[in-house]
Amino acid sequence: MTVNHFVILSALLFGIGALGVLVRRNPLIMFMGIELMLNAVNLAFVAFSRFLQSLDGQVFVFLVLTVAAAEVAVGLAIIVALFRTRATVDVDEVSGLKG
Amino acid sequence: MPIDYLPILVMVVVVIAFAAIALTFSALTGPRRPNPSKLSPYESGMPPFGSARRRISIKYYLTAVLFILFDIEIIFFYPWAVLFRQLQLFGLIEMAVFVIVLLVGYVYIWKKGGFDWD
Amino acid sequence: MSLSVPDLNLRIVVPALIVSITALVVLLGELVTPAARKRWLGYTSLIGLLIAVGATFGLWDAHATAFGGMIAADNFGLFLTLVILLGALLSVLLSVDFLRAHQVEHGEYYMLVLSAVVGMIVMATATDLIVIFLGLELLSLPLYILAAFKREDGPSLEAGLKYFLLGAFSSAFFLYGIAFVFGATGATNLTKIAAAIAKNPSGDLLLVGAGLLLVGFAFKVALVPFHWWTPDVYAGAPTAVTAFMSVAVKAAAFGAFFRAFFVALPGLAMDWRALVALIAVLTMTLGNVAALLQSNIKRMLAYSSIAHAGYILVALVAMGAQGSSSALFYLLAYTLTNLGAFGAVIALSDGARERLEIGDYAGAAQKQPFAAAALTICLLSLAGFPPFAGFVGKFLIFSAAVETGWAWLAVIGVLNSLVSVYFYLRPVVQMYMTEAQPGWDGSATLTTRIAPLVALALAIAVVGVLALGLFPTPAIALATGGFVR
Repeated sequence: MTVNHFVILSALLFGIGALGVLVRRNPLIMFMGIELMLNAVNLAFVAFSRFLQSLDGQVFVFLVLTVAAAEVAVGLAIIVALFRTRATVDVDEVSGLKG
Repeated sequence: MPIDYLPILVMVVVVIAFAAIALTFSALTGPRRPNPSKLSPYESGMPPFGSARRRISIKYYLTAVLFILFDIEIIFFYPWAVLFRQLQLFGLIEMAVFVIVLLVGYVYIWKKGGFDWD
Repeated sequence: MSLSVPDLNLRIVVPALIVSITALVVLLGELVTPAARKRWLGYTSLIGLLIAVGATFGLWDAHATAFGGMIAADNFGLFLTLVILLGALLSVLLSVDFLRAHQVEHGEYYMLVLSAVVGMIVMATATDLIVIFLGLELLSLPLYILAAFKREDGPSLEAGLKYFLLGAFSSAFFLYGIAFVFGATGATNLTKIAAAIAKNPSGDLLLVGAGLLLVGFAFKVALVPFHWWTPDVYAGAPTAVTAFMSVAVKAAAFGAFFRAFFVALPGLAMDWRALVALIAVLTMTLGNVAALLQSNIKRMLAYSSIAHAGYILVALVAMGAQGSSSALFYLLAYTLTNLGAFGAVIALSDGARERLEIGDYAGAAQKQPFAAAALTICLLSLAGFPPFAGFVGKFLIFSAAVETGWAWLAVIGVLNSLVSVYFYLRPVVQMYMTEAQPGWDGSATLTTRIAPLVALALAIAVVGVLALGLFPTPAIALATGGFVR
């Protein structure tokens, strides 16, 4: 197990997350994809942190976690507000604005 | 080399055999006196009610979101608590500022009725 | 175990602190302010922003760092802080009556604007990739909510959702870039990254990291091919919010963009310069051509903002002191001009009913001559006509490009400016040379009177556009400040 293994794993997770955002049409699922991407970043930070023998990377993970939580709050609030007015959350049905 | 995987195959066979023998043996020999509490999903837990697939009120989102926000802030208390003695007065002031900012948000949510269910 | 507390040097972050405290005061004020007095929260925000402007001038030439080298008060960052504060001041002036007219008069609006301003100041003055990321998030999260601020209104909510999903998506890319740069160099401080690259300039990990950072920045400042969210978000968001985010986000994000690429990654310039030049060409061209096809003025201004991001990118390609100072001047000119244009759109509306289609502007000059004149001046400045600010900005950027051997890029920029004249003049022609449309000419509520605060904002913008165009020297002198390294 070298740092390469972790970086490859994190790249795969990041790719799965990014693909999820691009392919899926439900904002909640797209949102989960974004969370997966952020966690892939966290994995990379921790792996590099251990590889470089520096604790900095692990502190960054704390910051990323809190930022992700704030994003969850804002994102869910917008999705809930949309649900209240439209009773649908599919992004293709929510397209009054032309792409 | 395929031969290198032989131990894994042996391991798989042993695991399956062990599980099968243990289940069969206890089913054949053990006493069988069922009662309601033994048959519940968690023997010492809360009695389950309703279906797990029930729809949950959208109001629950607000509660959940507020919980996440305040819960995750604990993450910054942990390293602070570990280094509390070294940080001395500076650390105390620093954390006081952090808590005051959180409190402003808390007061805002409270006054706006964010903690009321209805 | 001994622990050294890093040198805080709080003096350096006083502007951001003042704005933060104002934000908290406004949030608590919202709880005790009766519905009829909500505009006082707007006035409170204005006072806080003005004090922050004073504090920023007080730090001029301080050239120091704080928090162990994570934030710097160099003249580059301070100039951008001033641009951001100016943008926020004008936006708040435009918002007070706008919120009343659209029946979304909530104190949280000002608190969110102020929080976003704190994030922008942090982003523009940060000298560490992680702090840049925190600033980016601190400015983005309030803006997602602001875009969706009319929460009964479909397009506004949709704009908020789109902005949120794409913003969070791009933040993840940016963050992954930071992780890779950290892995390759062992540092997130910009100066330390530059030192590590100077020692060991090769490495795939580093290139991937720099590429991901570029993608993250490209999303935030809307560069082709990461621009497609812009028209929808700008058109759907409330006009006052669009005005704010079209200028202030650009100032903050371009600030961090320039700082990251000039301070941390000049060692890789061979790798990124040609690519960025290509992106600049695509961004300018696509922004202007797409703007030609728009019939909605907010969408037109959205594509125009994409094109202007392309012009500023030319300054990034030019690099050096000229590149950074011309970009700073351009951002100041663009902030005044674009806020003036959006302000005029707000001033020309009839209560909550806005002139969104370019056809709606027919005959507007007779009904509302002052706002029409302001819109004309701002559109001419955006097109780059002398003697307005936009002309001087373009002149500085293109001459920086020519002098550093990127003449072909400057030529493409000039050609693009010529194309843009057509669509910027369309509303002007409508206002002055066409008869008013039935929907607008008979409107009894439409008056020549503009709300005082909106008039003040328009006056500041127009005077600024003219002053920067006629007497650019003092502003250029302020913009020449360099980076702390």
